[in-house]
Amino acid sequence: MTEPAIQVKNLGKRYKIGVRNKPANNFREAMTNAIMAPWHRLHALGDKVTSQEEIFWALDDVSFEIEPGEVVGVMGQNGAGKSTLLKILSRITEPTTGEIKINGRVGSLLEVGTGFHPDLTGRENVFLNGAILGMKRAEIIAKFDEIVAFAEIDRFLDTPVKRYSSGMRVRLGFAVAAHLNPEILIVDEVLAVGDVAFQKKCLGKMNDVAGGGRTVLFVSHNMSAVRHLCTRGIYLNAGKVAFTGEVSDCIDLYLKHGDSGVGDIIRHGVYKSKRIQVDKILVNGNHEDRVFFTQGSKKVEVEISGDVLESGQVAIEVLISDDAGQPVGSFLPAHYSGGAPKLAAGPFHISSQIELPDLMRGEYLLSVFLTEPGRAHLWECERCACLFFEGRPWAIEGGTHSRDQAPHHGSVVLNGNVNYGS
Amino acid sequence: MDKMTKIAAGSPGAEIPCVGSPEEVPTLVIKPKRGWLGVDFGELMHYRELLYFLVWRDLKARYKQTVIGAGWAILQPVISMIVFSAIFGRLTGIKTEGVPYPVWVYAALLPWTLFSNSVSQSSISLVSQTSLFTKIYFPRLLIPSSSVGVAVLDFCMAFVVYFGILSYYVFGKGLYSLLPGLSILLLPVLIFLIVIAALGVGFIMSSLTLKYRDFRSVIPFMMQTWMFISPVVWPSYLLGFTNKCLMSINPMFGLIMSFQDVMLGRPIEWLMLGISATVSVSVFIFGLYYFGRMERRFADIA
Repeated sequence: MTEPAIQVKNLGKRYKIGVRNKPANNFREAMTNAIMAPWHRLHALGDKVTSQEEIFWALDDVSFEIEPGEVVGVMGQNGAGKSTLLKILSRITEPTTGEIKINGRVGSLLEVGTGFHPDLTGRENVFLNGAILGMKRAEIIAKFDEIVAFAEIDRFLDTPVKRYSSGMRVRLGFAVAAHLNPEILIVDEVLAVGDVAFQKKCLGKMNDVAGGGRTVLFVSHNMSAVRHLCTRGIYLNAGKVAFTGEVSDCIDLYLKHGDSGVGDIIRHGVYKSKRIQVDKILVNGNHEDRVFFTQGSKKVEVEISGDVLESGQVAIEVLISDDAGQPVGSFLPAHYSGGAPKLAAGPFHISSQIELPDLMRGEYLLSVFLTEPGRAHLWECERCACLFFEGRPWAIEGGTHSRDQAPHHGSVVLNGNVNYGS
Repeated sequence: MDKMTKIAAGSPGAEIPCVGSPEEVPTLVIKPKRGWLGVDFGELMHYRELLYFLVWRDLKARYKQTVIGAGWAILQPVISMIVFSAIFGRLTGIKTEGVPYPVWVYAALLPWTLFSNSVSQSSISLVSQTSLFTKIYFPRLLIPSSSVGVAVLDFCMAFVVYFGILSYYVFGKGLYSLLPGLSILLLPVLIFLIVIAALGVGFIMSSLTLKYRDFRSVIPFMMQTWMFISPVVWPSYLLGFTNKCLMSINPMFGLIMSFQDVMLGRPIEWLMLGISATVSVSVFIFGLYYFGRMERRFADIA
């Protein structure tokens, strides 16, 4: 039996947080407070915790094990403790309780280009940064050409880094870090920088590292990168391990907790008219969950039921947009089939099957509207559901598509059929 | 579990991370530290190249975009010698036992500048480089130490200048008595003791400054006061024996005095040197201890 690469046991990290002082009630108190202020500040800077209010457990009783060669994605909402965990694993800060056992050399990449000196040239900074990351001089010399080639900055090698564009700086920083060869690699959200082509290159390099049998701990909010790179996931919630297991289950859990790339999902719509009342909306037969995965399938089904309060034309419109809010496709059956049916007062049920275009892998937002075609919106449900579309990857497998070159970029007409019933 | 921990703690590779031979796999245990001296000397040895790079960075960066460049390392001590000679040598007319005031003051300014540059630079080293140690792990002792390293290199430059000034008086004016004697062999020991004292004070002041930023404002005053309680611009013979012994509790008192004695070929006052040396070593050890204790929370308070 091999020993786990990383073994974390009952890890806890306590922080002391600032608590606002009580304001003074009268002049005398204000004067006393002013005189006593340095004394209070001295106390506040000290290590002693005087009240329970001041305690914040960034990590609380965290335990897990990672086997050698596993590529693990650490997920969680902002403030879940991901960065604290990585900081403790990289020995930047000490845990308050618990213990970690690590078998193997650790290389951690919490920031790209740590310790770059703006006045030094690119060449000099490669050596400095390499040394800070723990490389030996001889090793840096041996890998120097490779690093420069990866960063694609050979022309500016003898220019001070302060004159670099931010992209160049990031490329150089990542290039140095990418040539670090530890057995365990800890990477924080550092790939969210640089242009698409360079991101692709970085992810490719990460893929090599992950495929090379090394243990990787990866924090990212880029779910497609996590899904592609990681074999296992750890989901942190409020400083505790909420789930460990299959990476796809972990991503599901993470996305369901709201803080997905497309923002909050709001299931209930906004009424623009008193003509109608919506009781239920189902996306792919589902109304509890807010996120739907259309893996494999190229169809999405939207069903709405409720009551028509005042008879008149009612039509359904569905809009799909990408995680940046750009429309990808719209389904407007009433506009091309010559109007919508007139629904009588009483219960109604509208179901529609929409064919999805050949979308790139990622998250998309579904919005549903009920309208009186050409006249008014009756009911709007923007951000109704989040679709995770398992399409073609756009940055990883070295394909020629970037998101900008998606086959159906921009708003396209979506086909489908719709049934108005009651 | 107990057994595993013991193995891990005893393993020679526990110093991590770095890349070396892929064969031996080091084991590292991270847990709340206890014990009084939190210094891992093996690890410091492992990272000695980084110390070199940090000193190299500071030197390189300092003279970028300057015209005179490294010439400043020579100009600075020369200018302060001229200023001190003009003010203290001419105006106050302090008697320097037949030694020309410029030589006399330079022999004391040399060790003082080494100490004062070391302390003032290392004190702010942590505060000014928080982005470094909050993003990556390496022994944090290297940060204030590298500032001291830079000051030592400056000292070496200034030291060469001393012999330039000396040769002017010796060969130009025939003052052969200024030449140092055999006691100059003691010089490396004195320099070592000054560096040790500077490191100790630097360790303490840098961690204090990181936590209480007030010290940023305190340090210039502290160094100014410290200079006047050390025999830099005034001769130590102004004090009686008892006072000299008492003043030697200031490590720079005995060390600067002996440094000057050695440089000018005068007899060394061993008792004062002994007292100051003891204090130097104690300050260094306390500095290590204090830094080790504070280091655990550096990333949290930075």
